[in-house]
Amino acid sequence: MKKSQQRDLFPGALEMMILRTLKRQPLHGYALVQHIKRTSNDLLQIEEGSLYPALQRLLKEDLVKAEWSISSTNRRVRIYKLTAAGAKHLERQVSSFEQMLEGITRVLARGES
Amino acid sequence: MNWLKQLFSRRRLYGELSDEMQQHLKEKIDELVATGLSRKEAIAAARREFGNLSLLEQDSRDVWRWMSIENLLADVRYGLRMLGRNPMFTVVGLLTIAIGIGANAAVFSVVNSVLLKPLNYPRAEELVSLHQIAPGAAGLADFENGLLLSPSMYFTYSEQNRRFQSLGVWVTDTANVTGLAEPEQVRVAAVSDGVLQALNVAPAVGRWLSQADQVPRGPERVMLSYGYWQRQFSGDRTVIGRNLTVDSRPREIVGVMPQGFRFVDTDFDVIVPLAFDRGKLILAGFGYHGIARLKPGATIAEANADLTRMLPIWMDSWTNGKGTNPHFYETWKITPLIRPLKQEVIGNVSEVLWVVMGTIALVMLIACANVTNLMLVRVEARQQELAVRTALGAGWGRIVRGLLVESVMLGLIGGVIGIGLAYAGVRFLALAGPANLPRLSEISLDARTLGFTFVISVLSGLLFGLIPALKYAGPRTSLELRSAGRTSSASREQHRVRNLLVIGQVAMALVLLVSAGLMIRTFQALRTVDPGFTDARHLQIMRISIPNLLIPEAARVARTQNEILDKLSAVPGVNSAGFVSEMPMEGLDSGWDCIFAQDKTYPDDVMPPLRLYKYISPGFLRTAGTRLIAGRELTWDEVYGLRPVVMISENLAREMWGTPSAAIGKQLREFSSMPWHEVIGVIQDVRERGVQENAPPIVYWPPMMQYLFGAKTPETIRTVAFVIRSERAGTESFLNEVRQSVWSVNSSLPLASVRTMQEVYDKSVARTSFTLVMLGIAGAMALSLGIIGIYGVISYTVSQRKRELGIRLALGAQSGDVVGMVLRQGAKLALLGVGIGVAAAFALARLMTSLLFGVSAHDPLTFAAVAALLILVALFACYLPARRAMKVDPIVALRYE
Repeated sequence: MKKSQQRDLFPGALEMMILRTLKRQPLHGYALVQHIKRTSNDLLQIEEGSLYPALQRLLKEDLVKAEWSISSTNRRVRIYKLTAAGAKHLERQVSSFEQMLEGITRVLARGES
Repeated sequence: MNWLKQLFSRRRLYGELSDEMQQHLKEKIDELVATGLSRKEAIAAARREFGNLSLLEQDSRDVWRWMSIENLLADVRYGLRMLGRNPMFTVVGLLTIAIGIGANAAVFSVVNSVLLKPLNYPRAEELVSLHQIAPGAAGLADFENGLLLSPSMYFTYSEQNRRFQSLGVWVTDTANVTGLAEPEQVRVAAVSDGVLQALNVAPAVGRWLSQADQVPRGPERVMLSYGYWQRQFSGDRTVIGRNLTVDSRPREIVGVMPQGFRFVDTDFDVIVPLAFDRGKLILAGFGYHGIARLKPGATIAEANADLTRMLPIWMDSWTNGKGTNPHFYETWKITPLIRPLKQEVIGNVSEVLWVVMGTIALVMLIACANVTNLMLVRVEARQQELAVRTALGAGWGRIVRGLLVESVMLGLIGGVIGIGLAYAGVRFLALAGPANLPRLSEISLDARTLGFTFVISVLSGLLFGLIPALKYAGPRTSLELRSAGRTSSASREQHRVRNLLVIGQVAMALVLLVSAGLMIRTFQALRTVDPGFTDARHLQIMRISIPNLLIPEAARVARTQNEILDKLSAVPGVNSAGFVSEMPMEGLDSGWDCIFAQDKTYPDDVMPPLRLYKYISPGFLRTAGTRLIAGRELTWDEVYGLRPVVMISENLAREMWGTPSAAIGKQLREFSSMPWHEVIGVIQDVRERGVQENAPPIVYWPPMMQYLFGAKTPETIRTVAFVIRSERAGTESFLNEVRQSVWSVNSSLPLASVRTMQEVYDKSVARTSFTLVMLGIAGAMALSLGIIGIYGVISYTVSQRKRELGIRLALGAQSGDVVGMVLRQGAKLALLGVGIGVAAAFALARLMTSLLFGVSAHDPLTFAAVAALLILVALFACYLPARRAMKVDPIVALRYE
């Protein structure tokens, strides 16, 4: 039940967005989730906390790396950075996602006509 | 080694994760406060948007773990803690399971060792026993061994077959060994060529008996068993080539069989060659067990066809003498019915063992039902805890798993204790088991038994864990969080499961008790049967054999036997003594042959039925307590005078002449060249093959006869069982005096098979008494577990309903009403259980038919008595809690909780 909001996205979607965001610039968790929410115009209902299991998965796969540092607001935060493998992974994910999206869109369009 | 690093850095990792998430929340709160929210509102909003902190933290951590194993370990730790926290529950549960599993493991180890494991020979699956039946040979048809092989049959089969690697015949015997410390009677396995080759077990020392050793009047050779070699020669390897005097004849020792080697299922001391004299063989002489090794890939059916093909060849190749028709045996309808050797060894014990296994498995089910009930009660008590865990985000799968792990732990610990009990149980079975339980020496707790125990431990753990787990861990707990602990009364659904369990228990207990009851009735029926002898405890028996080389002349053998009788009668405390070729139930099969009466006509082609032949001394009947129905007993004068007299059993007299008295004075003979023998006495029927078997028709000959075994010169039965009637039977001092008196007649006569008739009798009913004991134990366990079960459930419901009962009492219900109500509830369960149980027992009892005697599998008395017993016991089990219910003080009850 509690996990289902995150599951409203398809599996891997959150990870993909995280990687895409981190590609632009390294961020810490809070900033990361705020950025995703903002960029999506709050269309995606994301539990903020659900970011963390996703980040752990990415860490474990060596797609991102993390370093402790002090934020601009003087907090001790962990900054996440995209690794080379992460960049490659993102590319693959995005292209396969676009393919899937195109496929779905076509079917939906055909269904209407 | 990345994973190793992960493993060690994990604690730091988790700490960081937790920090990070807290920081996230703080930052969020600060930001919200900055937008103008109050701090309190900001905290609430931040939490709301963040989601379930602890669950998310756990999910994040889970990324780093080997999920399943670690969760399992955590569950195991938790389970152990919970078990430790409820010692009473744990001890009761463990004991119940341990006893159940122990009993199952013990019985399984017997089933496994006796029925499942292959025999102790290389490629044992190729070994077969050459069993054949002859429905046309009346007297032999009910022979347990079917129709044994004759030596001529062995030669034909062995030389003409196409489906066997090797084939031979063997027979057990006893012989006297002299020249060592004391004269000793040893157990002999006499084998033809092909037997050792078929069994294919290499000798420990020396060589096998070879074909060259099978030449009649050739060199005399012998092999030793490992045990005999150790006992008599202390395992001396130079024994090879030395001589052993067997039946006064020196034989060269050529080899020793290895430890653990047994002949099919008999122990032996020495192996001697049969050394058939081919030139003298006739068709008949069906006294040898056939054993063979099939060619690889050959089936039993092919082997049967092979033997069937050879039967006409056998009849064409041999004869029973001039003027006889060799194809006469076609009327016997000899049919090969080859059996795997293992089946031959196991014999009729497999039914017993499977029945026992089945009943013990039922006991296990009852035990599981009991533990399930315990678990239900306990999980109910823990409902609040479970509800809290669910509310904190534990998935119900996780909770079910936790509960299952806990119950499986219980099962496994119970299994470990059970193994200990099983070890003791196997010891007990080996002692209490039927003396003739095959492969007794092979019974052990082996890897397969341990595996079986592990599996039933886990299965039973799952079984009694699953019901409570599914019932209480379902995704519907928010309600219990509020109400648990203040339950006004238990829900109907909870009762239903528990009631079903109790009904099941009662039903299963009834099945077990009925089977135990049927065995008791069987035993009673056996007791009332007149076996043909009296007061078996005071009948001392022992076998004495007088070999040809020791005393060649028949008359002197008879005199020696007579003299022994006289000496025995003089031993203080002896009432009388006599001898017989074999006592009833000794399991020795003497001769069978036809008998012809002078006043009957016999068509040429039809042979009259075969009758059991026995040889008895004067005084035997009085000694054994076998009644003379008509006529008189044999006298020594008639024995020495070779008078042609004979006695017959009552059933034979009735069959031939209608009444016992009509038989007196009639004339009988075995074959045409034998003079007619006058029937002088008719003897009561004797249960020769055991109490459960019908008494066979018997012809009793004098021990010394002109035409014994067709010999022209007088001959005497040389191996006989001496029977002594004395109050002192079985005591050591008595046996010493008996030995001395025998040796005072001839000092080289060993006494063998020294025992009382009671031992023989007990052994012959061993299968029944073993089944009785086992079913009795199972029934008692089932009954006590059933009582505990029904008591537990009723008393639990009473304690649950205290409030309700209090209200009833406060509103004016009489205490009698309350007791009645509780009793009615218990009675309803018991009656339902008994009803189902009776139906089940009715169906299942038929499986026991072969174990029963003198009682129907649907014996109404047993069924009624067991049902009544169970209902009474159940009512008593309910009465105790009912009385407690009656004493409920309304005030206390209403304040309760």
